[in-house]
Amino acid sequence: MRRSALTGLTISLLLLAAGFAIAFLVGRFPVSLADVLSVLWAKISGQPSGVSGAVETVVWQVRGPRVLAAFLVGAALSVAGAAFQGLFRNPLVSPDILGASSGAALGAVLGIYFSLGVVAIQAFAFIGGLFAVSAVYLIGSALRMRDPILVLVLAGVVIGALLGSGVGLIKYLADPYNQLPAITFWLLGSLAATSASDLVSLFSLIAAGTFVLLLLRHRMNVMSLPEEEARALGVSTGPMRIAIVAAATLVTSASVAAAGIIGWVGLVVPHIARSLTGPDFAKLLPVAALLGGSFLLVIDTIARTAATIEIPLGILTAFVGTPFFIWLLASMQKNWS
Amino acid sequence: MTIAAQNLSIGYRDRLVGSGITISLRESESLALLGPNGGGKTTLLKTLLGLLPPREGEVTLNGAALSAIPVRERARLIGYVPQVHTGTFAFTVETVVLMGRTAYGSLFSRPSAKDFAVARQMLERLGIAHLAQRSYTEISGGERQLVLLARALAQEPRFIVLDEPTASLDFGNQGKVLSEIEALAGAGLGVLFTTHDPNHALRAAHRVCLLRAGAIVAEGKTKQMLTRENLEALYGAAVLPVSDSARIAFLPG
Repeated sequence: MRRSALTGLTISLLLLAAGFAIAFLVGRFPVSLADVLSVLWAKISGQPSGVSGAVETVVWQVRGPRVLAAFLVGAALSVAGAAFQGLFRNPLVSPDILGASSGAALGAVLGIYFSLGVVAIQAFAFIGGLFAVSAVYLIGSALRMRDPILVLVLAGVVIGALLGSGVGLIKYLADPYNQLPAITFWLLGSLAATSASDLVSLFSLIAAGTFVLLLLRHRMNVMSLPEEEARALGVSTGPMRIAIVAAATLVTSASVAAAGIIGWVGLVVPHIARSLTGPDFAKLLPVAALLGGSFLLVIDTIARTAATIEIPLGILTAFVGTPFFIWLLASMQKNWS
Repeated sequence: MTIAAQNLSIGYRDRLVGSGITISLRESESLALLGPNGGGKTTLLKTLLGLLPPREGEVTLNGAALSAIPVRERARLIGYVPQVHTGTFAFTVETVVLMGRTAYGSLFSRPSAKDFAVARQMLERLGIAHLAQRSYTEISGGERQLVLLARALAQEPRFIVLDEPTASLDFGNQGKVLSEIEALAGAGLGVLFTTHDPNHALRAAHRVCLLRAGAIVAEGKTKQMLTRENLEALYGAAVLPVSDSARIAFLPG
């Protein structure tokens, strides 16, 4: 099949538009597309919108930040997933392969345990994610073996398990009436608490990391070759790997800090993007970002509207992701044999 | 230009593979590295490419230490054709060959019009231009070998190093790759390749290096070095020479 970047981009832009529309329109408070557009236009032009104050509040203050956050988090996780899958030369890798999620989880859970505010909890989560990946990277570099990629992945598994037991310990110690529900809710992923002020840091961190990855897109193609080939082609693989891991970790940690742990997006979406554009990162990264954003917009809309209570995002993505993963394994088995 | 090493020890951090190796490769010549499995061919190749630091001694390029040359610059001087692999991602053949141009762009740049032209030219040179938009994972092993060769040629190097370029190819494709090697040396490149088949060295190499247990046991002009005695000693097995008035070939005994 001939894949074209233009087709991929067009499809993902259409899906994104649909995702935004669904996310803005669906909900307990009825809002029409015209309402949304006039509120948005009013904010851009500075003119009064002409819709009722309640509608304007729903569009601009209730759904708006959440919709943007869903887009950003979905895009970030997908971009990071695509980068890690390329770097580790393995299509079954997800953005938390190096412990970003478990580190962030421990950070956030600690924040909740010490009854800190939302901002502090997010900062803890972010620092935890960066810390975990740095630890994994240092261990991987200290143990110089022939396959640096394998060492990194194994170090990620081990550190992830250790941090996971740290999370378990805090859950065990936490107040079962106040803290434990908050911890559980956060660990399952949610955008319910997103406020407009969160968006600034979320956007700037994700934009910075994604920008670096986009700049390096052609080098990332070469980095998806075996290490020695990449070096023979003129790439300093060590510094390049640090740059890619750092950028991908930055966007992962930022999104985990804002939305908790949302699995599967970073695993599934890069595959769908790759099937549209092929593996060339120059085409793959933008399409993965747009598709990931639309995917999480839809998932988050389901999360807040399907039941009388919020359904955690991680649970919904698992329902979508698990069958997809099994299908992926089955189709890869066909290719390998 | 010459790639050279004197009294080189090769190996990994925890394992010495070979020592006392003296070898050189000039432009416009092809050199075949022969030897039994585990004799150190691949390790020597990687050391000469600068991918593996020598345990002792130094690989030099025109007298300058190879390790002191930045990877980017090195990639413009020495091209590497690895053993054929299936690849993880379904890049198009064109994208794979364009990766050979990495060392000519800056860190953030995308392939230039010239890069595309060079890639195209190399694909045409090897007669595989029709594969340009096919996916690398879907073409045959012989075609993949040619694509990897095209990628190395796109580096526009002075030397080209091939790791068992004929290993997984059918008879026809083996011939194709061997005549390509001959043509490359004819076009002025220094070519170093490893092979399991002495006949392939006879077919395409000016000189041979016989490597056994990490040491060079014989080195010199192909026809003089590839004798029944040398080959039997090298592989520790019987070898049957077949010859007519002009040429000689060897069958495994």
